[in-house]
Amino acid sequence: MRRLLKLAFDKHAAMNWRLLLIRALALWAALLAFAGPASAEYGDVVINNYAETQGMRPVVFPHWFHRIRFACKVCHADLGFKFKAGGNDITMSKIIEGQFCGACHNGNLAWSVKNCNLCHSGKPGTPTQVHESTSQELAVPAERGKK
Amino acid sequence: MVQNLMKGLLALCIGLGIAQGAFPAEPASTEKPAWLPLAQDDLHDPEGPGIKFLQEPAESLSTLPSDVVGNRVNWVRALDKGFIDPRINLYSNKKQKVLDLDVIRRKTGEMNMVRFPHRQHTEWLDCTNCHEWLFKSKAGATKFSMFDVLKGDFCGRCHGAVAFPLTQCNRCHSVPRRVSATPAADAGRK
Repeated sequence: MRRLLKLAFDKHAAMNWRLLLIRALALWAALLAFAGPASAEYGDVVINNYAETQGMRPVVFPHWFHRIRFACKVCHADLGFKFKAGGNDITMSKIIEGQFCGACHNGNLAWSVKNCNLCHSGKPGTPTQVHESTSQELAVPAERGKK
Repeated sequence: MVQNLMKGLLALCIGLGIAQGAFPAEPASTEKPAWLPLAQDDLHDPEGPGIKFLQEPAESLSTLPSDVVGNRVNWVRALDKGFIDPRINLYSNKKQKVLDLDVIRRKTGEMNMVRFPHRQHTEWLDCTNCHEWLFKSKAGATKFSMFDVLKGDFCGRCHGAVAFPLTQCNRCHSVPRRVSATPAADAGRK
């Protein structure tokens, strides 16, 4: 925080509006990070492309749990998950065929697809998102503040 | 200089004003607890039949090297110090190709230059995760700005989503520029 303040007052700075904007956003985000309301884990991904329209709860994918056990490249290089929440067209039939989550969630490496409610555990109505992402922090604080 | 100071003050006021407007009565000391129970995290359905079977974040994250942001875990240290031993492949024993090469990005305006350490990244990621579709291998060939990163592109694909957040300016902007005697020489270097 002190560093941010120092940055904002740096006399050597070549000031322009873009810099001002970045600083204002950075300060805002820093304040939100310290004073914001309690919320789920950083990097939790909600996947609700099809789930709720098919009568299931949205899927919550906890990055923290998976990155303890697997390096990023296992899913993002070998299994082909794109770095974009909702950007992967994941369906249950693909999972059952062994694609995406189904590469591990097959009852062999991890629990099988029969355990529907372990993945489909999200609050109904939660849209697809990377929870707690910096851009989310910057984009929706007013809405979160209303709660 | 006075003008710069005023502009800095303005930026601070905007930041403070917005934060105050959003959370009027909340003092900065009420930091959110490090790891919330899943049933209270506003993302999981507390009524869901599966929730009682899922691991609570605090159970595992509290045992890892701590950090002040994100999951409150310093993931790079956790890996370096052997607290975690994530699998690199699902089935083969092929070793991970780690590249120990730092790239310095110099065109960072008045911010410190950015040091990109390949080592920490290649311990988690494969070369193809970033090259060549997102970043060209040739240093400096990929043009992007902080705005792209804030929008979630380039570094922002991970930083600000799962890797440490974009509020940690100095972790990337970590290499000070040598200050020249004349401002003109400085401008030429940028």
